[in-house]
Amino acid sequence: MTGAEIVVQSLIEEGVEHLFGYPGGAVLHIYDALYKQDQLQHVLVRHEQAATHAADGYARSTGKPGVVLVTSGPGATNAVTGIATAYMDSIPMVVLTGQVPRPLIGNDAFQEVDSVGITRPVVKHNFLVEDIKDLAVTIKKAFFVATTGRPGPVVVDIPKDITAHKAEFSYPRDINIRSYSPTIPSIKGHSAQLKKAYELILEARKPMIYTGGGVVLSNASEQLIKFAKLLGAPVTNTLMGLGAYPANDKQFVGMLGMHGTYEANMGMHNSDVLIAIGARFDDRVTGNLEKFCPDARIVHVDIDPATISKNVKVDVPIVGDVGEVMDELNKLIEASDQRLESAALASWWEQIEEWRAQDCLKYNAKTGTIKPQFVIEKLHEVTEGNAFVTSDVGQHQMFAAQYYGFNKPRRWINSGGLGTMGFGLPAAMGVQLAFPGEQVACVTGEGSIQMCIQELSTCSQYNLPVKIINLNNGYLGMVRQWQEFFYERRYASSYMESLPDFVALAESYGHVGIRVDKPEDVVPALQDAYGKYKDRVVFIDFMIDREENVYPMIPAGAGLNEMILI
Amino acid sequence: MKKHIISLLLENESGALSRVAGLFSARAYNIESLSVAPTDDETLSRMTIVTSGTDEIVEQIQKQLNKLVDVVKLIDLTECSHIEREMMLAKVEATGAARDEVKRLVDIFNGEIVDVTDTTYTVELTDTCEKLDNFLASLSSIKIHEVVRSGAIGISSGENILAC
Repeated sequence: MTGAEIVVQSLIEEGVEHLFGYPGGAVLHIYDALYKQDQLQHVLVRHEQAATHAADGYARSTGKPGVVLVTSGPGATNAVTGIATAYMDSIPMVVLTGQVPRPLIGNDAFQEVDSVGITRPVVKHNFLVEDIKDLAVTIKKAFFVATTGRPGPVVVDIPKDITAHKAEFSYPRDINIRSYSPTIPSIKGHSAQLKKAYELILEARKPMIYTGGGVVLSNASEQLIKFAKLLGAPVTNTLMGLGAYPANDKQFVGMLGMHGTYEANMGMHNSDVLIAIGARFDDRVTGNLEKFCPDARIVHVDIDPATISKNVKVDVPIVGDVGEVMDELNKLIEASDQRLESAALASWWEQIEEWRAQDCLKYNAKTGTIKPQFVIEKLHEVTEGNAFVTSDVGQHQMFAAQYYGFNKPRRWINSGGLGTMGFGLPAAMGVQLAFPGEQVACVTGEGSIQMCIQELSTCSQYNLPVKIINLNNGYLGMVRQWQEFFYERRYASSYMESLPDFVALAESYGHVGIRVDKPEDVVPALQDAYGKYKDRVVFIDFMIDREENVYPMIPAGAGLNEMILI
Repeated sequence: MKKHIISLLLENESGALSRVAGLFSARAYNIESLSVAPTDDETLSRMTIVTSGTDEIVEQIQKQLNKLVDVVKLIDLTECSHIEREMMLAKVEATGAARDEVKRLVDIFNGEIVDVTDTTYTVELTDTCEKLDNFLASLSSIKIHEVVRSGAIGISSGENILAC
């Protein structure tokens, strides 16, 4: 087999069904091998950044690794933003990059770049294949590393000459990397630590369960629900963790952090035992570290020992898979008749309900303008809360996170860590490809959507009927909000001049474009999108209230108890 | 801020060094010296890093290093009884009274003069980092032309192998 055929066969052996990519000189042999088979579908994007985001959306929605193929040089550099996006959110991804032939490496050859060097800080690991004999085993290693332990992107850089050479193909069944053992220490958590955690948790009078993307990544929603029900404690999710606990459950107090709910943040601040699960104490969550949860003793469950006590010193660390650790904790609790003290818990809930009664997400819907919050609420209604919602980055992202109400994991797909504008549309394509019959919405803004708008063309080619919910305020909304608050309304470069006619643009790609100017037209437009146009790509350009802000908000340097409410 | 000598066994592969160096720069960790060479097993390199930081930072450094896929084993030698060595070559002024003074200091520090000219001595000295610092300090009145240091290497004492 040629190296190119080995690449393709290895992907097939891994069970890869979709490969997102863009051809170029260094990967032409691989594309030729792809052409000659029909087990693996290649999805041609319009820019390599979109290939990585689409693979990322596919991975986030399915739990399977996303796979990307790009050429050397600019192909690889364009992919970097998407690789970094996946890295920051621990998304399993394998990116194959073409490289110039080995004899040319280091010669500043045409379309040569040190892909391994450029991607090194934003991958879990990367490889340069130096011998065709290593090709299959390297791909095996890449999938193994990407999908085990704390997942992440892995890059495999393949020189062109290797793809032309021949070798015998045998794909390894198992792989052992002596320097990488993601299951040690015990994936279930150390038993002494589990016991300590269990004892500390049962001492709580004001418990708070704070969970992040790790619960989604480890498919541990059920365990979390059981854990929360056994304890009767309030649950808050990070931006990355939304959907892991059902938003419509009464123990859910909403998202926490910079734009989290009052009840979630006050609950965090006043808790006496904080149970952090698959979360990493990100600065957008903790606010000022000096003021973070001053009275809480902290249990932290995470698969990555390096996240433990990185930002916040914790009392009981447990390293392990969060699903398995929660299984163990649930067993301990179930085996005992001890529970949280009910009087203390009742008075804690009374306090939380008082905070909740502030109704911090209320907004004035009757101004005659379209409120972005209203659009998201109606999107929820029309899709019955079942859509996969991808987003870009900015105000619309926060509105989607706050108002959609995710009841299932893997339905909320956003770039939380890197905060990548341009993520939403290609990610939606990846989701739609994985779930052809499901409702997919890309909630975006007129700023973000233009960062990967070329993918409207990919949507046509592969018949991916995503719905684009464009919250158009003619501003880079979040930038403008900060300029309003902290720069005396000096709106430096936050105004989007010369916007295209999005309706005409969508139509030019063969899609349906709808412009909505009035609140009463919001629901009919959404109904059309998911009704009579359900098989089409629909771009709805909602002309929203131009200066609506995201509330509540914790300003920089403040503690979780120092929120700005509307 | 305490000095730590971190000893790593890592895959002897292209790029392994840049992963370690890149980690230190990306996360703004201190790196005072770094030395690396293959071991008796040519597939493995031994790297010694001298770093400093608060306990929390050094704990993070160790955890982050352990996360690198190329790192096979890590020990913090400062946590255990260990032997530390660094080699230095120093070219110093050796004229007039300094010529005798340098010779005397080299003897005191158990060094060796490995190259001689009419005006200079090249001194070789192998000891702990601190001793090398002390030697340079003791040359206070003598002109130093050039100093080359290897960075520290270390090994745990007794029968412990890659362990404390």
